[in-house]
Amino acid sequence: MDVLLILIDWFPYLLSGIATTLGLVLSALGLGLLLGLPMALGQVYGSRPVRWVIGIYVWFFRGLPILVLLFLFWFGIFPMLGLGALPAFAVGAVVLGLRGAAYQSQIFRGAVQSIGEGQMIAARSLGMSRLTAIRSVILPQAMRIALPGWSNEYPNILTDSAVCYAIGVAELLTITSRMVTQTHITMPIYLAAAGIFIILNYGGLKVLHGLEKRIAIPGFGSGAV
Amino acid sequence: MDLAAFTFDILLPALMQGLIITLQLIACSAPFGLAFGIAIAVGRQYGGGAISWLCKTFVFLIKGTPLLLLLFILYFGFPAIGITFTAFTASVVGFILCNAAYNAEYIRGALISIKDGQMIAAQALGMTRWQAIRHVVLPQALRRAIPGLSNEFIYLIKYSSLAYMITVIELSGAGKLVATKYFLYTESFAAVGIVYLVLVTITTVAVNILEKRVAIPGTTRGTTAAQL
Amino acid sequence: MNNDIVLRVEDIHKSFGDNEVLRGVSFDVRRGETKVFIGPSGTGKSTLLRCINQLTPPDRGRVWLDGEEVTNSGARINYFRQKIGMVFQNFFLFDHLTALKNVELALLKVRGMGKAEAREKALNELRQVGMEDWADHYPAELSGGQAQRVSIARALAMDPDVILFDEPTSALDPELTREVLEVMKKLAGEGMTMLVVTHEMGFACSVANEVLFMENGVVAEQGTPDQLLHDPQYTRMKDFIGRIDSRLGD
Ligand SMILES: Nc1ncnc2c1ncn2[C@@H]1O[C@H](COP(=O)(O)OP(=O)(O)O)[C@@H](O)[C@H]1O
Ligand SMILES: [Mg+2]
Repeated sequence: MDVLLILIDWFPYLLSGIATTLGLVLSALGLGLLLGLPMALGQVYGSRPVRWVIGIYVWFFRGLPILVLLFLFWFGIFPMLGLGALPAFAVGAVVLGLRGAAYQSQIFRGAVQSIGEGQMIAARSLGMSRLTAIRSVILPQAMRIALPGWSNEYPNILTDSAVCYAIGVAELLTITSRMVTQTHITMPIYLAAAGIFIILNYGGLKVLHGLEKRIAIPGFGSGAV
Repeated sequence: MDLAAFTFDILLPALMQGLIITLQLIACSAPFGLAFGIAIAVGRQYGGGAISWLCKTFVFLIKGTPLLLLLFILYFGFPAIGITFTAFTASVVGFILCNAAYNAEYIRGALISIKDGQMIAAQALGMTRWQAIRHVVLPQALRRAIPGLSNEFIYLIKYSSLAYMITVIELSGAGKLVATKYFLYTESFAAVGIVYLVLVTITTVAVNILEKRVAIPGTTRGTTAAQL
Repeated sequence: MNNDIVLRVEDIHKSFGDNEVLRGVSFDVRRGETKVFIGPSGTGKSTLLRCINQLTPPDRGRVWLDGEEVTNSGARINYFRQKIGMVFQNFFLFDHLTALKNVELALLKVRGMGKAEAREKALNELRQVGMEDWADHYPAELSGGQAQRVSIARALAMDPDVILFDEPTSALDPELTREVLEVMKKLAGEGMTMLVVTHEMGFACSVANEVLFMENGVVAEQGTPDQLLHDPQYTRMKDFIGRIDSRLGD
């Protein structure tokens, strides 16, 4: 049938959209982790000014809609900083990542705060510096506690990545919209797009839940056996 | 034209117009999102068989689909099969579906957390199952779901901006039009951002007050280890 | 036991806000000695131990280890803390690590020991406390007595000059208490220097060289177990022991 042939025709193009979407999500998750983790530690262990600055950051990035953040950075801040030549993909990934860091930092902060203070006391009593104690005692525990909450960042970022359509990133929604305009086949293409997003969504979650099981420790956190 | 004149004569009036549309979007979506969310949660939990499956599938599909795509389907897709919405209606329908699906998850979690004894006690008094759900289980569950529901309300405020992508000139759309016309991008979007921050912050404060009134005292932890 | 002084505690004061918890505590600890601290709860026994290794910095007073000042020692405190082991009422084992890794961790990260060497030493310490068969178990899989023995091994691994025990058996039921006290007795017999906060009077009488009775932030009475059992002058301590004995008898 027509629709099927057209879909097959466009298949490579569709694949590139999927790849771009996944690229956005993975870079954003990675950047969010890279920034979110130190931010969480700063909020728990940092001095008052450090905590204050991180608090403002979190408030800002969680208070603005993703669409407004994308517009602000794409049209405003990056060109103003002389980074106007950055491709839309990079801007999308960075904005999703900066925003993800704000959310992730709160997940990690909750995890760090849920660890009993005895862990730090015992570590310090053995002669560990604060940094060593954080690195070898607090963080490995916090990461495990945070993982279930962190996994839920994946579907959030995946569905938000579609908003990068607004700045012209050639991700899945953009590609399928172009297909709609050019083929005049509307519903089947949109529904196919929804199907692909749903598969990416729950498929990714499955992988993450598998990871949770792999690093589970007997009697510890959510990985209780 | 200087920045002050631009801000006060052009930008702010435009944003106020947009803000009104944003508030209308929220006001039209939130109550139905809550009601629909309750219905789905109850249907999922107590409906049994087909109803339960339908509710579950609805949540699964909506949570798996980006909201923006859902709006495209409603606004661009449905006319292709003969159903036409205005942009505003399409937005509101999209927000209700999305808000309801996420609310339902929180309410269901709360329903599960209410002990079986409550239902049994109510039925022992001669209430029907539906009366017990309505008058005993739900009032308790909704209380417990308040933190999650408020979170979703705040998301609704922010995601209402996506209506602009299907041509509703709400707050961010108004900012975008001004920004493009006057080439003042950073200023315009910063102003839009501030308005959202104010909306979200006011809501957060209000929600915290609400949550404190249902919170259990004496559950906060000291953080002496943080000083070590 | 010889006569050189390992640990000197000099006039320690500590307040939390208006709450004056320690009001001048001083004593010397000789190498190989076991001192037992008893007293009502809230009199600052835990605070005193934490002031010794600076987990809680005292407001006033000094602590000396082997002739070197521990108070005001800056970053060198991490060295002194290796030399002053600590065992807690609630064990505080690292929940994400096996028994063996709990003992290894500070050897690797603080002492900078190689992997093979750290492993061998850790296994050796676990053997000392009878826990080598449980090396690969996680804390959640251990009984309280086993967990406490692992935490003693963890402290021992740093080759401390002295170990501070803060009510090591208070979270344990009698059967498990016995297995931990056995280990502590053995350590005392091998010449380990120990400061022990405990309500176990049997242990105090058979192992302690000296018993210190704390009340209201000071050492109110102190003497050998023999003195406190037979000398009529130790009235407050006797009174206190009478109270905990009758409580145990309930
Ligand atoms: N970190 C702290 N902050 C405030 N007060 C404390 C702290 N640690 C202990 N205290 C107080 O100091 C007093 C003595 O406590 P503690 O040393 O634990 O007594 P003990 O071990 O003899 O039962 C108690 O009143 C306790 O509330
Ligand atoms: Mg104590």
